[in-house]
Amino acid sequence: MTQKNRIDGGLIDRNIPLNFTFDGKKYSGFHGDTLASALLANGINLVGRSFKYHRPRGIFTSDSSEPNALVELINEDTKEPNSRSTTIQLFDGLTAQSQNCWPSLKYDIQSINDCFAPLLTAGFYYKTFMWPKSFWERVYEPLIRRAAGLGELAPSTDPDHYDRGYRHCDLLIIGGGAAGLMAGLVAGREGLNTILVEEDFLFGGRLLGENEEIDGLQCHDWVANTVKELEAMPHVRLMPKTAVFGVFDQKTYFAIERLSDQINSVGPRQMIWEINTKHIILASGATERHIAFGNNDRPGVMLASAMRDYTNRFAVRTASRVAVFTSNDSGWLTARDLNQKGIEVAAIIDIRKKEEHQEIAKKNTQIPIYSEDQIIKVHGHNRVKAISLLNGAKISVDSIAVSGGWNPSIHLTCQHRQRPIWNEVISGFIANEAELPSGMKVAGAAKGIYATNLVLQDAMNQANAVLSELGHAPTKMMIPSANDDTYRGKTFWSVRETKQRAWVDFQNDVTTKDIRLAVQEGFYSVEHVKRYTTLGMATDQGKTSSVIGIGIIAETMNKSIEETGTTIFRAPYIPVAIGALSGPHSGKNFRPTRETPSHPFAVEQKAQFVESGAWLRSQYFPHANELHWQESVNREVLATRNNVGITDVSTLGKIDVQGTDAAAFLDKVYCNTITTLNMNRCRYGIMLREDGIVMDDGTVAHLAKNHFIVTTTTANAVQVYRHMEFCRQCLWPEMDVALISITEQWAQYAIAGPKSRHLLEKIIDNDHDISNSNFPYMACDEISICNGIRARLFRLSFSGEMAYELAVPARYSDALIRHIHEIGKTFDLTPYGTEALGVMRIEKGHAAGNELNGQTTAGDLGLGKMVSKKKDSIGSILSEREGLVDPMRHILVGVMPCDPQQKISSGSHIFASKSACTPSNDLGYITSVAYSPMSNSYIGLAMIKNGTNHIGGKLRAVNLLQNQDIDIEVTSPHFYDPKGERLRE
Amino acid sequence: MKINHPLLGPRNASEFTILGDAKLLQRPNTPERDQARVFYEYLYLRDNPIGQHQELWFHEQGDRSWLIVSRDTLTHEINNVELASKVIKKGQTQ
Repeated sequence: MTQKNRIDGGLIDRNIPLNFTFDGKKYSGFHGDTLASALLANGINLVGRSFKYHRPRGIFTSDSSEPNALVELINEDTKEPNSRSTTIQLFDGLTAQSQNCWPSLKYDIQSINDCFAPLLTAGFYYKTFMWPKSFWERVYEPLIRRAAGLGELAPSTDPDHYDRGYRHCDLLIIGGGAAGLMAGLVAGREGLNTILVEEDFLFGGRLLGENEEIDGLQCHDWVANTVKELEAMPHVRLMPKTAVFGVFDQKTYFAIERLSDQINSVGPRQMIWEINTKHIILASGATERHIAFGNNDRPGVMLASAMRDYTNRFAVRTASRVAVFTSNDSGWLTARDLNQKGIEVAAIIDIRKKEEHQEIAKKNTQIPIYSEDQIIKVHGHNRVKAISLLNGAKISVDSIAVSGGWNPSIHLTCQHRQRPIWNEVISGFIANEAELPSGMKVAGAAKGIYATNLVLQDAMNQANAVLSELGHAPTKMMIPSANDDTYRGKTFWSVRETKQRAWVDFQNDVTTKDIRLAVQEGFYSVEHVKRYTTLGMATDQGKTSSVIGIGIIAETMNKSIEETGTTIFRAPYIPVAIGALSGPHSGKNFRPTRETPSHPFAVEQKAQFVESGAWLRSQYFPHANELHWQESVNREVLATRNNVGITDVSTLGKIDVQGTDAAAFLDKVYCNTITTLNMNRCRYGIMLREDGIVMDDGTVAHLAKNHFIVTTTTANAVQVYRHMEFCRQCLWPEMDVALISITEQWAQYAIAGPKSRHLLEKIIDNDHDISNSNFPYMACDEISICNGIRARLFRLSFSGEMAYELAVPARYSDALIRHIHEIGKTFDLTPYGTEALGVMRIEKGHAAGNELNGQTTAGDLGLGKMVSKKKDSIGSILSEREGLVDPMRHILVGVMPCDPQQKISSGSHIFASKSACTPSNDLGYITSVAYSPMSNSYIGLAMIKNGTNHIGGKLRAVNLLQNQDIDIEVTSPHFYDPKGERLRE
Repeated sequence: MKINHPLLGPRNASEFTILGDAKLLQRPNTPERDQARVFYEYLYLRDNPIGQHQELWFHEQGDRSWLIVSRDTLTHEINNVELASKVIKKGQTQ
C-alpha cells in the first residue's frame, strides 16, 4: 500500500523505505518514522480499544505520554504487549497488532460495555462485587481477570537479554531539546565530562516539530549542527533512546536505554544504566494536555503539538479537514503549520475572548475563528465526522487538534516526596526550587519557560551555575537568537455544558463525570479520587490527564489548585520492564552456581545433583538397573555401613583461625570450651546467637600451636564467617587472632565405613601411622599423600562409621577423587550423595539444618550440657532465660511408625492418641524423615513438647495436607549404634 | 548508594551487608548481678532516631572489614565511615 498521507519535507529518509505489518496487513514507511507516524502516513488512525468501555481509539500524542495507541509487538511466537506506537522507531519487518479487541479492531464484542457505561462509573468494582462473599473467588474474580488488563502476555519466555551498566560524569543533562542541547554546548565547550540523555531516537525535543528559526536556521537544522558539534567532543556522551526514570540517593540516576525495539534483537534489547553524577540539569521539557469535552476520545482527536510533530517532523497529513480547539496559543501554531502544508483548517475554537488571543490571531487571517467558544460534542464513531459548538454551529471535520496548556515535566524533581507549586501564569505545576534533589537544576520548559530564546538563555544560566560550582569561568558563548513568543493562555479543564461523556484519562477510561461523582461521594483527597476512579493509574501514569483531573476536583470542590494538590510522584517515570531491571540475572544466571571440587567426576559417575544454597551437590549416584532413587540411596547407605563409601564435604564452611589468642577467641564464640582441646584433636562445637538460640554447629580442629580449623554447616558458612569477623573486629579487637575462609581453597572428602582405614593407608604416605591407637576417633593432623602432596586428615564421623575426612588444596581435588576411586576398586568403594548422607545422620540422630531452625536451644537438641557456665561466650547468658529452659519446650526425639512400612513425612504434627487436631493439642512436629535400611523402617527426628518423657510411648503423626494420621512410637533420636562403638573401632 | 570505605574509597553498597545499630558494639562485660537484664537491654532495646544514626556494615564482597557508618535516616546522607576495630581500640586506650 502506498503512503497516501505522506507529504513533502520532514526528518525522514526517503532513501530508506521500511516494510511493516499491522493487524496482518503490509505497509511501508521510512527510516525516521515511528510506528505511529508510519501508520498515519498510511491512513491508519484507529489503532486500539480502550480498557474499560472498549471504545475505538486513535493516535493521540507523538511521544511517551501516549495513552491510546498501545500495540503488541510480535516476533514469531513471542510478543510484547502495551508498546507505545508513538515511541517505537520503525524498523524493517516490524510486526504489530492492535490489542484489547475481539474479534477485530473495528468490530469489538466487548464494546457492549460502552452501552452499560452508566453502571460502570467510578468505584464500580467496589460497589458491584460486594456480595455474596462466596462469589468472589468463583465468579467475580475470574470474570474481572478475563475482562481486565491491557494486552496479553506472550506464552513463551522472553527471547531477549538485557544488561546493566554504570556511568559517571560531572554533569548529567536529562532531555535533549532546546534547553538540554544548549546546556550541553556550554558544558561541552568548557570541557565538562557530560552525559546528555534523550528519550527520543533524535535529539531536538519540540524543535523537531516546530516551524521556527534559531540563529537564522530552521530550528531542526540548528539541532543537527549542535548535535554534530557535541558528537565530536570526546568528553560528551550523547545517549539517545534513553530515559531517566528514577532519582536515587547520592545523585544516582537510573536510566533505561532502548537499544532495539526489535524482539529477539542482536545484542541486549534494553539496558539499565546507573549514572553517578555531580550535577544534574533537568531539561525534560513539557507535555501538552488536552481538554475534556463530549466524546473527545474519538479517533482523530489529537494533541495540537503532536499534530505539528506529524506534519513538520514526519511529513504526514493526519487529516484532511481539521478543527483546532485551544485554551492557549499552541493551537494557533498548529493551525498555521497545517495551513502552510495545505491541510485545511476549518475552524479555530478558542475558549478565550477575542482580545486575549488577538496577538496570535494576526498570523492566521484565513481561518474562521470562534472566540469564547467551545466544542460540546464530537460526532462520529470510528473517526471524527463533525463537531458541535457551544454557539450551536455544527462543522464537519475529520480531526481535532486540541490544546489545554502544558504540563512541565517535573516528575524527576518530585520523586523524593517534594510537592510542586501551581503557577497560574502558565497554568501548570512547577518544581519547588527550594526542595530540588541534591545537585539538580531545572532549565527551560521543565520549569515553565516556553519562549525558545528564554529557554536557551535559561539553559545557559544553569550550565554557567554548574561551571562556577566546579570552579570554571562562565562561558563566553552568545545566546543564539530565537523566537521570543511567550506563553499566553488561560486555565481551562473541561466543557461543562457537554452532555456526552468527556474523557480525562483515556487509558483507564475516566471521565469528568467519574471525578465529579467521586467528589460527591466524599472522596476529597486527590490521592483518594485517584484510587477510586483509577485516574492516572494506567501505564501512561496520567501524563496527559492527571493535572486535568486535579483541575476538575478543584472546580468541583470550589478549591484552589494549591489546596487540592497533586498526587505523589514515584519512580519509574516511564514503564520499565521487569526483565530490564533484572538485567542479565535471569534463568541460569540468576545467581552463580557453585560446583564442588568433585563435580566433573560426579558428572562422569552420572550423579543426580541437588541445589544446596548456591552449591550443586551430588544427591545420589544411580546405577543403570535401579528404577527408583530410594534403591540407589539404600545401596549407598548399606555399602558405606558394611564396606566403605566416599562423599564430597567441601561445601561445609571452613575457617582458618590463627593467633596467640585463637583458642581464647574460640571460647568466646563457641558455647562449649575450646581452650582445653589438645593439639591434634578435634571437638564438636556449638555456636549460639546472643539471644541463646543455636546458630550453627561444626567441628574445631587444633591443627598446630595457635592454629585451628573450624567447620560450619554448608548453609551457614557465610553467616558464621561474618559473625566471627564481627566478634573479632567489633567485640574483641584486642585479641591476637586472624580469620580467613578456606572453604574454596581446600577440598575435603569424607571416607566412611569399616574399610576406610585400609583404603586410606594405600593413599597416605608411609611415614604416617593412622592405626586406631595412634590416630583415634577425633584425631587430626597435617600429613602428606601420594608421595608428598600436602594434606590434612581429620578422624570425624557424620555417618556413625569409622570415618576420616581428607582435605587437600583444591587444585589436587579432581586428581585425588579419581585416584581414590581407582585404588578403591579393590575395596568396592561406593560414592554416596547427600541423600545417603542424610539417611545416615538421621540414623545417628545428628541435628542438621532442619533441627537448627532458629528456634532451638542447645538444650532442645539434647546438648544442653555443652553450654559452659564457667566462661563468657556469645549467648551463654541469655540462653538461661526462663522461656529457654522451660521443661515443656520441644525436645529432639526419634519417631518411628508403629507399622514400619508406613511412610511418615516431615512437617507432620504430633498429637496424643484420640486428641483432636487443634493447635492447643499440638505436641510438636517432625523435622526430618528418611527410610532407614538399617532399621527396615521409616524413621524420623521430631521436636516434641517435654519429648524425653514421651520416649517409649505412642503418639500420632498427623499431616492434614497429605491426609495422614499415623501411629508412631517415640524413641531416642539415636537409632543406630547408640553407644558410638563403630566410629571408635 | 555508595559507602566511602576508609581504606578503599567509595564502594557500591551492594558489596556490603548491614547489621544495624552500632550499639551492638557495646557488649556488656558479664557483670555479677542482673546479667539477664543487662544483656536483654543490650540485645533488644534500640533507639530509632530521626537524623544521625550509627550503623554497622560489613564489607562482605570486599576486604571483610566491619565499618561504622554514620547515616542520616532522613536524608540518607552518609557523613562518616570508620573501621569499627579502630574506633573500639581508640575507645579502649582513652
